[in-house]
Amino acid sequence: MDTSFRLLPEQASTFAPDVDLLFAFLMLVSGLLSLGIAGVIVWFAIKYRRNSAADRRATPSHMLLLELSWIVGPFILSMILFVWGAKLFFAQRHPVEGALEISCVGRQWMWKFQHPNGRAEINALHVPLNQPVKINMISEDVIHSLYVPAFRVKQDVLPGRYSTLWFQASKVGRYHLFCAEYCGAKHSGMIGEVHVLEPTRYQEWLSDVVTGTPQMGGGGRLFDQLRCNTCHMTGGEVSRGPSLLNVAGRRVPLQNGQQVVADDDYLRESILRPAAKIVAGYHALMPSFEGQVSEEQILQLISEIKAMSQLDAKKPEGELKKE
Amino acid sequence: MNGAVITTRKRNYLNASYTVRSWLLTHDHKRIGLLYLIGVTFFFVIGGLAAAVVRLELMTPRGDLTESETYNKLFTMHGITMTFFFLIPAIPAVLGNFLVPLMLGARDLAFPRLNLLSWYLYMLGGLMTMWAILAGGVDTGWTFYTPYSSTYSNTYVMATAVGVFVAGFSSILTGLNFIVTTHQMRCPGLTWFRLPLFIWSMYAASLIMVLATPVLAAALLLVGLERGLGIGIFDPAMGGDPLLFQHLFWFYAHPAVYIMVLPAFGVISELVACFSRRRPFGYAFIGYSSFAIAILGFLVWGHHMFVSGQSVYAGLIFSLLSFLVAIPSGIKVFNWTATLYKASISWETPMLYAFGFMGLFTMGGLTGLFLACLAIDVHVHDTYFVVAHFHYIMVGGTVMAFLGGIHFWWPKMTGRMYPESWARLSAILIFVGFNLTFFPQFILGYLGMPRRYHIYPEEFQVLNVMSSAGASILGVGYFFPLTYLVWSMFYGAVAPENPFGHTGLEWQTASPPPTDNFEQIPVVTQEAYSFGPDDALRGPSEEVISIVQAS
Ligand code: HEC
Ligand SMILES: [Cu+2]
Ligand SMILES: [Cu+2]
Repeated sequence: MDTSFRLLPEQASTFAPDVDLLFAFLMLVSGLLSLGIAGVIVWFAIKYRRNSAADRRATPSHMLLLELSWIVGPFILSMILFVWGAKLFFAQRHPVEGALEISCVGRQWMWKFQHPNGRAEINALHVPLNQPVKINMISEDVIHSLYVPAFRVKQDVLPGRYSTLWFQASKVGRYHLFCAEYCGAKHSGMIGEVHVLEPTRYQEWLSDVVTGTPQMGGGGRLFDQLRCNTCHMTGGEVSRGPSLLNVAGRRVPLQNGQQVVADDDYLRESILRPAAKIVAGYHALMPSFEGQVSEEQILQLISEIKAMSQLDAKKPEGELKKE
Repeated sequence: MNGAVITTRKRNYLNASYTVRSWLLTHDHKRIGLLYLIGVTFFFVIGGLAAAVVRLELMTPRGDLTESETYNKLFTMHGITMTFFFLIPAIPAVLGNFLVPLMLGARDLAFPRLNLLSWYLYMLGGLMTMWAILAGGVDTGWTFYTPYSSTYSNTYVMATAVGVFVAGFSSILTGLNFIVTTHQMRCPGLTWFRLPLFIWSMYAASLIMVLATPVLAAALLLVGLERGLGIGIFDPAMGGDPLLFQHLFWFYAHPAVYIMVLPAFGVISELVACFSRRRPFGYAFIGYSSFAIAILGFLVWGHHMFVSGQSVYAGLIFSLLSFLVAIPSGIKVFNWTATLYKASISWETPMLYAFGFMGLFTMGGLTGLFLACLAIDVHVHDTYFVVAHFHYIMVGGTVMAFLGGIHFWWPKMTGRMYPESWARLSAILIFVGFNLTFFPQFILGYLGMPRRYHIYPEEFQVLNVMSSAGASILGVGYFFPLTYLVWSMFYGAVAPENPFGHTGLEWQTASPPPTDNFEQIPVVTQEAYSFGPDDALRGPSEEVISIVQAS
């Protein structure tokens, strides 16, 4: 990691140059404005100091045009800044399709990441260069915030609700990863490193389980281990629970006539509090898994359910991405 | 040398009686103002000491001075005492209490007993919080974010929250008192547009105190319910919503920024007018902008939550509104600057503070634009950039204005002049020390150093050392006024009625004023800033010059 003294942070994601450009523009504008105001104040303060011989006739008490100008001027300027900042923000908040999905669980005081093939790591995050990465995050306790200054991204990690963050690394190297939301005694120790690797090196790293942390779940699908498949048959047969093959991301009709989009939060709720929303045509048979599965396992289950959908969608081509 | 003068003095609110009882049970707004001054100074020293240890700890990247737990308690203590027990009451409760009736030509506030009660509530709240700190401390940060504060922290959260809760009522009552007084107690002829701008801004700030503080009380109460009774409100493990607290908290805490800053605007408007001998340029615009700020200020709380998980669209709207609220603040700075045009400016201590304020507040305000700008905020949110920004507003703004105001009205409050050269020296020290402390923090923040970090990566050390060095200068700068002002109360030159040649009503009575303020209730025929043509050429009053030369 580059630990030399510097005045601007490294640019290591595709967002960084855009954010820095906007920052530079703001610096320019506010620098000019504050120097201008300070200059005028000093100039007046000296020129019109008491007992100076300056001409003081016809002092205006107000000038409507001038006053309107310093309302309209700042207004236009701030609208430019608003639109510019909002456009970038919009991009930061909307992950591109097909991003590599990594799940992240924050807890007092460590970061746990898990890659699609199950490889997990603590307080370190390996990502491939030039490839969009989306991180699905949840906290086990208080609010944390995942922050990678070199990428110019940050997102709070909440308990009980997923949040996401995405970026595309643009420079190989090691970068700081901080928890930015105060979370208790060792808040400043909740840090780690992001390693940006060449895609081939990343693949090597992924498959190198020997030196890495052992895989979560320890082989086999969690979905099968927890016996979800007794009610949710994966072969398409009629069963006690609805088929989960196509559920992720779709609209689900509920018993009460409403519909919900089966996003990550809905899937999580279905596992922890199945009775909260009953799928139309089914009974409230599913037991709650609250207290029996950890946040990591829930994330794992969700990614398995998503993979089932992909599996199903891709079946005709016979292309299996996972396992 | 000056001791003999006392005997020749007329009866005033200070020498009316000397018993402790006469102070602790006083209904006189001026005495209550001084009681508040003692209170806020005490809490300022406590908060300042906590900051000193924090800055000392941050000299090195390692945690070698304190444990992490202690460090967290220290910055929490700094934040809580400084915001709730210093910044919020500083200008309204000290200067506002002292000046509002005087500026209105009234004999007291509308509810003198309520005013005394406010002080007791404030002190009670403050002392409860101090007790919590002594008993073991709190480590939630002044923002009390849930579920950390409501379920996870095992420090004295309840006691502190009760302290802040109680002190909140003092704020509500003070605001109420000022609003009623401004409506009901103006002396004959004092129409709204003849009011000093200080009154306009105090009125706007009072509205916020009355309307926003109850929301803080509610939020803290809910934290207490969850913590004490296990009722799930914020903790998702109990079915609560952690973001709800942030909405409630910032719905109070953003407007609270204006409780701190609007009164400061009022002080600066008075100082600039007096020391440039001009009616503030665009009087009406300055007055209205206070109200624009007070109202818009209620609609921007979500700018503290751009990365919290609130919806993208909420983020967009809050960003837009935050840009809009910057405009009325800009108006003020432009108007003060324009007031200097063709003015007759003297560089006495209060004016130095006003100059300092204009510079620092401008920087604070402009860096606020960075934070309102969504994509930039994502990067700098919860970093030292934010820390620097709000210190430019609160310390560079509010504290500079408070000190400027204290110096300006000191002769009126105590009947004594402070030593001018010491005062100028400390004003300059404070300005220099302040910039050295907080400017490096902008760079630290953009580099990515998160706030509330006890231990930090070593590449941030140089800037942190600069900041700590600046803080020591700042500390010395604050120490001077603390000593020479106390000294001047006993040994300072006796002040004339109107040492700075201002036109406000408060200067048309004795220094210090009699207990009921005016021999006769004044009748106003002009607006507050009617400087005559010869005022512009007049220096400090003859008496002051002779006093200064004699001492
Ligand atoms: C005892 C049978 C049973 C078991 C075991 C079971 N479920 Fe269910 N599940 C159901 C039923 C019935 C429903 C539909 C009624 C409802 O919404 O609660 C359902 C609904 C769901 C849904 C919502 C589906 C939709 O279409 O919206 C998800 C997701 C789900 N289950 C996941 C799981 C997972 C993961 C497991 C294993 C950890 C599991 N279930 C175990 C019976 C079961
Ligand atoms: Cu954390
Ligand atoms: Cu705010």
